[in-house]
Amino acid sequence: MKGMTLIVKTMTALLIGFILLFGAYVILTGHLSPGGGFAGGVICAAGLLLVVLAFGADIVRERMGHRMALLWETLGAIGFLAIAALGFITGTFFAHFVRHGAGFRLFTGGSILYSNLAIGLKVAAGLFGAFLMLAAFRETERTDRGEDGGD
Amino acid sequence: MSETLLILYGVICFMLVAALVAVETRDLLSSVLCLGAVGFGLAVVDLIVGAPDLALTQVVVEIFAVVLLIRTVVAREDTTREFIRDTPHVAAMGAMIMGILIGAYVCFQQLTPFGDPPMVMGASYMRAAEEAGATNLVTAVLLDFRAYDTLGEATVIFAAIMGCYALLRTRGRKEEHEGHDADS
Repeated sequence: MKGMTLIVKTMTALLIGFILLFGAYVILTGHLSPGGGFAGGVICAAGLLLVVLAFGADIVRERMGHRMALLWETLGAIGFLAIAALGFITGTFFAHFVRHGAGFRLFTGGSILYSNLAIGLKVAAGLFGAFLMLAAFRETERTDRGEDGGD
Repeated sequence: MSETLLILYGVICFMLVAALVAVETRDLLSSVLCLGAVGFGLAVVDLIVGAPDLALTQVVVEIFAVVLLIRTVVAREDTTREFIRDTPHVAAMGAMIMGILIGAYVCFQQLTPFGDPPMVMGASYMRAAEEAGATNLVTAVLLDFRAYDTLGEATVIFAAIMGCYALLRTRGRKEEHEGHDADS
């Protein structure tokens, strides 16, 4: 994958910040409004997918390869487990280790916010890594068939 | 019949038509696009029946899946497909459709009216969500008193992505193999 035209690249460079910001917003306000860790994580992964499609997989892989994605995904999974285990401070597995008041504010709902953060990180990194692997797969197949890999 | 219900039935009919076109068309790319139409129709249905969380997730996942499928289809050389249409196949298909219709009729006779859940869990769920302190009920369910479900689901996704990595890791292993062949 060599990437697309200048128009697509410029638009992607302009939009990617807003897409990632919206993903972070959906993750962070998952306990207040529709959304949550999974939806926000997929939004972030879709934004990164746009970058891969526009600029080509090789340029992206220089900054963040699938090993790095795997590392972040594992960190997210371990983080979720750690948040669940932190419940032992106040009682049982998955108990809230922080107590906040109710209402439409960011720091409410106990440990739900931190669980959402961990799940969002895990989903975003996981889907992005899977897409990078798929792009690599197609490239290898093309070089095996004797094509030059551009499309 | 209320206006909302009319829109709901309209969207469902649109989804049915798109699904039929997706099955029947000869071009794989049109098939993928019709599949995307079914998915976005499903997101609208989610919104109408009052499931905004699911609608958001559905839209985003649909975009991801359609982009992946289009890339996969475009990379193929031949994007058409062949159909088998002889008498036994058509007869089997007709029998199956009749069976599904009759089964659906019998099932829908047993259902309670639309939007009227027969379970009594609702009230206790609301109380538990209030205790959790989250204003979004769905997240309160997912991450507070059904958190074990979420943990198991996250584990399943993790295992699936690991499987993807193991299956698709062609490049590194192939180079290693070729190096061995050259040595021996």
